[in-house]
Amino acid sequence: MKLFRMFGRNVRDAFKSVGRNFSLSIASISCISITLIVVGLSLLISYNVNNFTETIKKDVTIVVFLNQETTSEELISIKDEIAMFDNVATIDIKTKDEAKKEMMAESEVFDATMSTWPESDNPLRDSYLIKVHDIEQINDTVDKIKNFEKVEVVDYGEGMVEKLVDAFKLVQQITIIIVVILIVVTIFLIINTIKLTIFSRKREISIMRLVGASNLTIKIPFVIEGMLIGMIGSIIPIVVAIYGYIVFYDRFEGQLFSPLIKLVSPEPFIYIVSGIILLIGIVVGMFGSGRAVRKYLKV
Amino acid sequence: MDFINIKHVNKVYKNGVTAIYDLSLKIKKGDFVFIIGGSGSGKSTLIKMLYREERPTSGEINLGGLNVARLRNSKVYKLRRKLGIVFQDYRLLPKLTVYENVAFALEVIGAKKDEIKTKTLKAIDLVGLKSKTRNYPTELSGGEQQRVAIARAIVNNPKLLICDEPTGNLDPDMSKEIVKVLETINKEMGTTIIMATHDREIVNAMKKHVIALKDGRLVKDFEKGTYDNEVV
Repeated sequence: MKLFRMFGRNVRDAFKSVGRNFSLSIASISCISITLIVVGLSLLISYNVNNFTETIKKDVTIVVFLNQETTSEELISIKDEIAMFDNVATIDIKTKDEAKKEMMAESEVFDATMSTWPESDNPLRDSYLIKVHDIEQINDTVDKIKNFEKVEVVDYGEGMVEKLVDAFKLVQQITIIIVVILIVVTIFLIINTIKLTIFSRKREISIMRLVGASNLTIKIPFVIEGMLIGMIGSIIPIVVAIYGYIVFYDRFEGQLFSPLIKLVSPEPFIYIVSGIILLIGIVVGMFGSGRAVRKYLKV
Repeated sequence: MDFINIKHVNKVYKNGVTAIYDLSLKIKKGDFVFIIGGSGSGKSTLIKMLYREERPTSGEINLGGLNVARLRNSKVYKLRRKLGIVFQDYRLLPKLTVYENVAFALEVIGAKKDEIKTKTLKAIDLVGLKSKTRNYPTELSGGEQQRVAIARAIVNNPKLLICDEPTGNLDPDMSKEIVKVLETINKEMGTTIIMATHDREIVNAMKKHVIALKDGRLVKDFEKGTYDNEVV
């Protein structure tokens, strides 16, 4: 009961204090807003980069060509064996007849030459199209596939794939580092601005200590105030993130430069980002003011 | 058992200055004590150690069952709720009215609303400021502001009232008023009062327990003492 009463009083005091120290509150709020906009922007970018990376990774296909002696029964049995590998996500058969038809449909030159081939003597190879779960283990999987006697050639864009994976890893790491650095910087900025608010109330805090307020009692209003400032400070970044992203998405029709690079569709995505921004604002505001008030609780 | 028991307390500040040398004294419950001494005698340090703004370098301070010297920073509020403190510079909150300033002491310890109201009004009445309840501190005289500070200090019914030069900023007439208020509190509520002062007239007129300090040492401890020039 007492706790509840104190809490009500604290929330009331926090609102009062934000109003009373209006200019300082505005300073803290705009400081949070600006950093949160940047944090939001890098969240949008890093999420899109991640998404793009994932799609590219999923598109990487291992093509396995079998030699001419492979019978159609073996084609099925080897497929089943490869499908048992941990890293293999899907495996599809492309028979030499299918390959022939595909090529003939693709170009007139192929069509002209290939139509002279007799049905029973197709020099093309039966093949598998394999997709993997983890692109980083693609080498092991390829080595295992090469062990089959009937396997002639395995092609998966060797070298290119590794480079791509490395490049994506780097981009991912850089965006994560940027977001973390920004959050740390925001915390410091907020600690400093809230320190200013608290400095102007040093006297009040020392009197509270003298008349027997516990440290927690003194701290809570400031923490709630920080939370409030964080919440208010995240309004503009959220609006900017939602509208900015929707406009951006519509303007580029959901893709960047080429159909290969697809943007994440805005519908639940921007709300998740907004939630993260709000959460960062609140946590950072609470943490910042909690740290800032600590110094004055020693008299 | 004695209410306050100070045993072999030494205080050395970080800059190397020794403020208190091996001080031992006892104060009984309901006592009215003057701590006298010139500048640098250590009386402020002694007062500050009683409400744990400063910690003794060695020795023990026992106050109403609390070991003040060993009290952790986060537990200081337990001590402060047992005592009221009055300062030379009043330390009121300028944005709050007289009533709010006094009620503040109860609000921060989580008292109930109607309890706050009755206790606050009673304390304001006791110091004789009933007509100024709604005024702000800046609208009051120095003596009146100090009485508000006293009301705030006693509103929680503390066992001990510590006054650090409460009349230091006041003229003799106002000082007498303040001391009268303190005497009333001492008699009516049975509150132990410790008052640091260098106001000779007050000490001589009151004939109370006098503790005299000089250069950090206890030089006199009289039950019915006066301000003695030779000692101080």
